[in-house]
Amino acid sequence: MSIKRVERLDSVVIRFAGDSGDGMQLTGDRFTSETAALGNDLSTLPNYPAEIRAPAGTILGVSSFQLHFADHHVLTPGDAPDVLVAMNPAALRANLGDLPRGGTIIVNTDEFTKRNLAKVKYAVSPVEDGSLDGYHVHPLALTSLTVDALADFPLSRKDKERSKNMFALGLLSWLYTRPTTGTEQFLKSKFGSKPDILEANLAALNAGFNYGETTEDFAVTYEIAPAEMRAGTYRNITGNTAVAYGLVAAAHLAGLPLVLGAYPITPATDILHVLSKLKRFGVTTMQVEDEIAAVGAAIGASYGGALAVTPTSGPGVALKSEAIGLAVTMELPLVIIDVQRGGPSTGLPTKTEQSDLLQAMFGRNGESPVAVVAPQSPGDCFDAAIEAVRIATTYRTPVFLLSDGYLANGSEPWCIPDVARLPHNPVIFATEPNDVDANGDWVFHPFLRDPETLARPWAIPGVAGLEHRIGGIEKADVTGDLSYDPDNHDKMTRLRQAKIDGIAKTIPNLVVDDPSGDADLLILGWGSTYGPIAEATRLARQDGIHVARAHVRHLNPFPPNLGEVLRAYGRVIVPEMNLGQLAMMLRAKYLVDVQSYTRVRGLPFTSVELASVLTEANVNLSGVTR
Amino acid sequence: MTIVNLGMPGAGTLGVPHLLDEDPKQSKKDFSSDMEPRWCAGCGDYSILAAVQGFLPELGLKRENIVFVSGIGCSSRFPFYMNTYGMHSIHGRAPAIATGLATAREDLSVWVVTGDGDALSIGGNHLIHAIRRNVNLKILLFNNRIYGLTKGQYSPTSELGKVTKSSPFGSVDRPFNPASLALGAEATFVARTMDTDRKHLTTVLRAAAEHRGTALVEIYQNCPIFNDGAFELIKDREQAEARIVHLIDGEPVRVGADKVVARDDSGNLAVVAAKGADLSRVVIHDAGADDPSLAFQLSRLEDPTMAHMPMGIFRNVSRPSYDDQVRAQIGEVVTKAGGPATDLDLSGLLHGKDTWNVG
Repeated sequence: MSIKRVERLDSVVIRFAGDSGDGMQLTGDRFTSETAALGNDLSTLPNYPAEIRAPAGTILGVSSFQLHFADHHVLTPGDAPDVLVAMNPAALRANLGDLPRGGTIIVNTDEFTKRNLAKVKYAVSPVEDGSLDGYHVHPLALTSLTVDALADFPLSRKDKERSKNMFALGLLSWLYTRPTTGTEQFLKSKFGSKPDILEANLAALNAGFNYGETTEDFAVTYEIAPAEMRAGTYRNITGNTAVAYGLVAAAHLAGLPLVLGAYPITPATDILHVLSKLKRFGVTTMQVEDEIAAVGAAIGASYGGALAVTPTSGPGVALKSEAIGLAVTMELPLVIIDVQRGGPSTGLPTKTEQSDLLQAMFGRNGESPVAVVAPQSPGDCFDAAIEAVRIATTYRTPVFLLSDGYLANGSEPWCIPDVARLPHNPVIFATEPNDVDANGDWVFHPFLRDPETLARPWAIPGVAGLEHRIGGIEKADVTGDLSYDPDNHDKMTRLRQAKIDGIAKTIPNLVVDDPSGDADLLILGWGSTYGPIAEATRLARQDGIHVARAHVRHLNPFPPNLGEVLRAYGRVIVPEMNLGQLAMMLRAKYLVDVQSYTRVRGLPFTSVELASVLTEANVNLSGVTR
Repeated sequence: MTIVNLGMPGAGTLGVPHLLDEDPKQSKKDFSSDMEPRWCAGCGDYSILAAVQGFLPELGLKRENIVFVSGIGCSSRFPFYMNTYGMHSIHGRAPAIATGLATAREDLSVWVVTGDGDALSIGGNHLIHAIRRNVNLKILLFNNRIYGLTKGQYSPTSELGKVTKSSPFGSVDRPFNPASLALGAEATFVARTMDTDRKHLTTVLRAAAEHRGTALVEIYQNCPIFNDGAFELIKDREQAEARIVHLIDGEPVRVGADKVVARDDSGNLAVVAAKGADLSRVVIHDAGADDPSLAFQLSRLEDPTMAHMPMGIFRNVSRPSYDDQVRAQIGEVVTKAGGPATDLDLSGLLHGKDTWNVG
């Protein structure tokens, strides 16, 4: 065995790329788990094609998983990979452009056949023609190494080849000094019922690890020290799982049954998958015939006193719009989770975007205000879901939770909260008459509002004496009777708006991060741009730029001090993955000339890109006399 | 372990609280809200409302555990006139909303009131899927073969060639036969009745209420303004006698006094003279038949001239209902785990299997 040199790094970005059938998402997941176990901070970005199995070996079929891990706080999955693992020529072709010169490439040469090269229009193998000279290239016959390692297993060649991702994982685990015990356990629980496949995967994993140890190809192995993180117990979590768990926690704490009305739609479907398993927590998941039925079932359940949720993406929201309006006017709690993706129409189903903000705000007929909350990171989806439930149940209103594809599938280490410290939000149903009529008799008035919240009673069927009818037609103030009276409609319209506006009283003020205290430039974001914006801010400050940073979690209503914050800075930059939807809302509401920086490439911003936006803004700012 | 109810008599309201012996007896008046119905004079909806309000007391259910959910249309105003819980929702979506409600609340008797446009046009998808799932809902489909609330356009049950405001040259749309449609979706209970035949209507409602699962009750209903007399041929005593195909479980299917339904040589159904009919070919109605084919064939006896119009219960079979099964799956898991989830269970969920400690 050769003696290897050990080198310390502070941060690494690895991208695993291969055909969508090569198991790259699984490989990335496992490497993430190993890395988390070591105590590095991390962030991940899966990127996979919309087609389940695009033609093998083509660019369209390339699936990748990027992981950024470090000995310090990690805010993004990394702008560009340091290491690219390319399982075939298509993966190399599709990803090489993102790899800076000097980066490391591990290629599976077994797949670099004439046929596969031709599929992606390589006349000659780039591994052999010198075109990769600017990179550190490790050409490895990963497939045949795997098959050789499994020579004694009673499996077909095809089955043996399938384990090549585990070989690659073993090798990378060795290269970055990761333990493989977690992956071994994972494989045991996944393939417990198929001992041959299990043993083959374990053997391939070990073979990959040992290959690194023994081969001359790799002279150096790397260590990345654990990051300093808040004390606690951690796990890795994706945004979709965090949303699902947040809903379960909120329902549990409120003592309400959770009912999910759902129709499968990328990238929200995993919320349905996760919750459908959680019957132990009394969760009812109803996969129904369409998006409208999904929100309909949720509204029915909400009327019955359940915590009702419907998860979807932009096209689903479009279909649900009329029903959401019904929930607005009936004033029933409802949580709509919109995991945003590229639009319009089918758009880019597996890519991320923030372009449903205005749809959430205004995408219904009539004056139809709803509350809107947006999480900022995968782990934050848990807290944001709890907050959405708080608003929905307290104010008897639909609430949008605006996640996106990047948060939904991305993951990060999450400090697991203490259940005893989660916010308790008791729900009180109406149990008795609440008003006195003209004759002095006690009566129940379904639209008699709580003076503090303006919420109406949540009066569920099954309570004698409270029988009443609600619906989409305008209701008379207080009594809830049908009313076509002009003044009543004007009043009810304003009351519904005032109720939503009043939520601001329970929203914390926006906190501005401005360490120097003398910044005149503010970068303001919402949702999943938190990571890239925070990282860009860090980079800009390293360059001596004084920049303040704030992130809006409540999009409707806004935090009470938002206008004050905006007016306190000479220049406000608002980066969004849309064409300036929050910027439009800020300009309309506060008459502040915020500047939009927008990209709709289906991918998150890079921090370097945003840092340069800040640099440029700072240069312009210094020429401004105020 | 939670039991999935398979539909014994009276099973339709199992789980719904009933009145106690000492409770005062309910009457029709108890089910009338203080809102004055606002349908046109002579509308069939009045008769149906009266029949439903008159029949509900006999179920002996607590009024507060009954919910009427409707969509949009003239008939969908129905819940406002019922002194129960109710929701007047949006066009076509009542079955979806009611599905959520019935699944979340085992203790409610959930009724859907809908019309031919609401149920079969804009809400067609929800109707067939509610039926397919066999959700414990009673769906009253008021069929007047016209759009009334929008003032007279042809509906999905209007006859071919129907001249209306939106089809001045005659409609070219082939109508749905609601019973055939429901049977095609494998409905476990399908019946047809008439707004003005109080006795028949009440019998059908009673059977529907007793049915566990989705009961689709099509009620022919006269619209005196936009489609008056649509069902006159089977309402007029003399005419009706010869036209109505009486569906009575276990009995030969009779048409009028002197005709029966029998199978011809190719197995199709035909209306033939009772006298001299081959008894081995006379169809005996079997609403409980596992296979819906006979019920479907009977539903096809209807024709545009209303020469023969089957009325009564086409099908009434027991199948596990959707909501019972959904609750049973949860109940089983919760019971097996030893009761409702605790904070500790929640903490276990949040931790998962793969954690590490810092500090």
